[in-house]
Amino acid sequence: MKYEVVMGLETHAELDTKSKLFCGCSTKFGSEPNTQTCPICLGLPGVLPVMNKKAFEHSLKAALALHCEISKFTNFDRKSYYYPDLPKNYQTSQNYFNIGNNGYVDIVVKGKEKRIDIHNVHLEEEAGKLVHPETTGANYSLVDFNRAGVPLLEVVTQPDMRSVDEVESYMQTLRNILLYIGVSDCKMQEGSLRFEVSISLREKGSNILGNRVEIKNLNSMKAVLKVIAYEISRQGSLLDKGEDVLMETRLWDDVDSVSRRMRSKEEAHDYRYFPEPDLVPVWIDQGWIDETQATIPELPVDRHRRFVNEYTISDYDAGVLTEDKPLADYFEECVKMSQDSPKELSNWIINDVLRELNERKTNVQDFAISPEMLVELIKIKPTIGSSIAKDVFIEMINTGKTATSIVKEKDLTQMDDVSELDDVVTKVIEENSKAAEDYRLGKKSALAFLIGQTMKITKGKANPKILTEIFKERLSADPK
Amino acid sequence: MLSHELSANQIKEKIVKREITAQEVVEDLFEWINLMEPLIKAYLYLDKDGALLKAKEIDKKLSNGDKVGLLAGIPVAFKDNICTAGMKTTCGSKILENFIPPYDAFVVKRIKEEDAIIIGKTNLDEFAMGSSNENSAFHITRNPWNTDCIPGGSGGGAAAAVTADMAFMALGSDTGGSVRQPSAFCGNVGCKPTYGRVSRYGLVAFASSLDQIGSVTKDVSDAALLLQVVSGHDGFDSTSATVGVPDYISDIDSVDGNLRIGVPKEFFGEGLNPEVGSAVMDALEIYKRNGAELVDLSLPHCGYAVATYYIIATAEASSNLARYDGVRYGHRSQLSEDNIIDMYSRVRAEGFGSEVKRRILFGNYVLSAGFYEAYYLKASKVRNLIKNDFEDAFKKVDCIISPTCPTPAFRIGEKITDPLQMYLSDIYTIPANLVGIPGISVPCGFTNTGLPIGMQILGKHFDEEKILKVAKLFENETDFHLKKPELN
Repeated sequence: MKYEVVMGLETHAELDTKSKLFCGCSTKFGSEPNTQTCPICLGLPGVLPVMNKKAFEHSLKAALALHCEISKFTNFDRKSYYYPDLPKNYQTSQNYFNIGNNGYVDIVVKGKEKRIDIHNVHLEEEAGKLVHPETTGANYSLVDFNRAGVPLLEVVTQPDMRSVDEVESYMQTLRNILLYIGVSDCKMQEGSLRFEVSISLREKGSNILGNRVEIKNLNSMKAVLKVIAYEISRQGSLLDKGEDVLMETRLWDDVDSVSRRMRSKEEAHDYRYFPEPDLVPVWIDQGWIDETQATIPELPVDRHRRFVNEYTISDYDAGVLTEDKPLADYFEECVKMSQDSPKELSNWIINDVLRELNERKTNVQDFAISPEMLVELIKIKPTIGSSIAKDVFIEMINTGKTATSIVKEKDLTQMDDVSELDDVVTKVIEENSKAAEDYRLGKKSALAFLIGQTMKITKGKANPKILTEIFKERLSADPK
Repeated sequence: MLSHELSANQIKEKIVKREITAQEVVEDLFEWINLMEPLIKAYLYLDKDGALLKAKEIDKKLSNGDKVGLLAGIPVAFKDNICTAGMKTTCGSKILENFIPPYDAFVVKRIKEEDAIIIGKTNLDEFAMGSSNENSAFHITRNPWNTDCIPGGSGGGAAAAVTADMAFMALGSDTGGSVRQPSAFCGNVGCKPTYGRVSRYGLVAFASSLDQIGSVTKDVSDAALLLQVVSGHDGFDSTSATVGVPDYISDIDSVDGNLRIGVPKEFFGEGLNPEVGSAVMDALEIYKRNGAELVDLSLPHCGYAVATYYIIATAEASSNLARYDGVRYGHRSQLSEDNIIDMYSRVRAEGFGSEVKRRILFGNYVLSAGFYEAYYLKASKVRNLIKNDFEDAFKKVDCIISPTCPTPAFRIGEKITDPLQMYLSDIYTIPANLVGIPGISVPCGFTNTGLPIGMQILGKHFDEEKILKVAKLFENETDFHLKKPELN
């Protein structure tokens, strides 16, 4: 492609608080329409906002985690526009004094780190939701204000992204950070994490930014990636024909997979920002910043780096483990308790734990096998063998019992005793003399059959290594 | 003396002493209202049934020997931009003609807790925008001293009601003088406390950084009583102050002997009606005789106050009034709507009066991209300069005295076609709102034609105590507050 794509993202994340930003109404998702409302979040005449301290602290925490400069003085501003889901027809947001400015997020794309600059991080209130009747020709819409007033964090990047991969990595990384610091549940299917992307193209090597197109209504990461591909091709073909790309706002239609013009630059809103007179400014002193900073855990990118260095696991494994904070915590707890190699633990978690979590649609916090139990299983594995260990693992999930008790109950300890195994081998050779003969004549595959027969009799408990040795010895040293 | 002619403190004393029942007070009051209301038209809503019910409840409490509140049995009216649960709150606007709030304003809750009786809602300029009451969407309230004159605004209904003995006290709002100016025009006591002293929760916002709830009463002691009840911190108003509330009532007659009164030359200059000017000068003489020192002052930036005010107030108003869109409550056009923009346009075109529309347009203009710095931001800076003027002044004096308004009440229709002249009638009251300081207007004389003249006393932030005492000193020396208009 002869064009370079330049992209920036605006992310809205609903903050995880019990009550709304300016009133005591619940923020619970999915309740009956308009059951979580009061005069304040409905914008009735005469009501006033009072800031939810938790929401403010969450925003401060997010701004710090995104390495922002924290404003000592922050204020709120009214952003005016008319829309039926906005009870006051203005949104209380921040414009002149954001909580955080000039931050960054480090992302990893194909093993390479890149820094995405954050323009600002600010706090604002969520709007309600329009519900359009499904009957065709209906001449009305309904509004559900349950969501109106839920605290919303907005994170605005600089136009630093140059590829779909970078955007994808940025979205994942930002989501991980917000989850790691516990300020948002980031559930995209519930709309608590939403993206808006701005895209422009320019000739490769050019320093001048092309006309920017903003795309709204992206309710999944997949949609973001789709719209980027769509816009690159749409804008590219316009430029190819020598036409201009219009600076405008477009909406993504996920059904038809196209973007459509919402409004042109000329129709853009004049938001008429001015300081919100109903709220008082907030002064953030160094003590508050330090206190908040101390509550921020190690962030995913840093943890990823550390896992590779400290535990000598692969870059890929470290990535998988650190993608989810509880999973990374799980791994580290196992490591602390275990004598075994982190690599072995990592394998179990990535292959077995994750598989079962996915199949059972649960998460590691609710997983039946605690780190302690997993470590115990891995510890006794040499006595039961890998194959039985996998069965025990499943049994542990199903019953919640420890590996030791399952092994004891089912008498699963591996048969290591040579003389005991020797007897069984004698029996197997007698009963399968044809196969034994074949092996002696050089058909190596016959050995696997014989071992399989032995395993059947011993219910898998025979130590395969010892068993193989016995067979090899018997079928060569004792020719008939 | 008929019971409705008494002051709030007097009627409360009689009720508490069981010399009269609250029920009798309410019945007598409503009889008088029935007589007077066609002439004055002070009210937009009257609730006789509710008032009687509450009166009986208080009488029962008293006969049981139960404890009663500070306002026991006193009939109180509210300006109709203060939300009363279950009682219409229209703001004098078609757009809220049938709006019934589901909640009580902080001040309503407080006065209910202190056993006051709510009698009704008084008329106002639409959304408190006006200085004459002529901008009410429903009717014009008349000045009880001369029914051809306006009662002032925006709280003209409250002032006229208290003056005509149709309410013992009232609560209103003062954004640029809406409590003090009508009180001056109607000859009663109007007090605007410090911004943040009384919670605005439930006061329908006009200009949030200027709005303050204030009292309209028959005398200064009644003002102290009412303010005592409604002042104090409220967790539902972020701008509500946590400064402690002193006892306004007990020491009201003890004024410091070394009182220094500032007399700002900017408030006695061009445009001041000579009769008003000389009445205030006479009043200052009375203070001087009582040992006060008069200090000549200059507040150099006050000349910009009206212009500054109309930028900040309209900017905030344009945003505060954006919510009246017909989506959730209020007026909804009966005409068919093609789209949401049509709906908004019709609702607002039909629902708002012309002064409100003028101010919304003005406010939107000064906040528009490219104009914000030149207007709103500049006005905010001038506001700070005016604040500094007052801060400097209060280093030298305890309070500042001026006329409340440049003229007495004017005739109905006299200024309604000239918004600028109308705006200038608030020239002396506006600075207190821009600065956030408390101010009280007390009657200090009458014109030759028998219209009341008001004197304004301004104090330091949260020094209501001082201005109440200074006002009371004057009241003790004079009888202007006892004069009543001849009605019937």
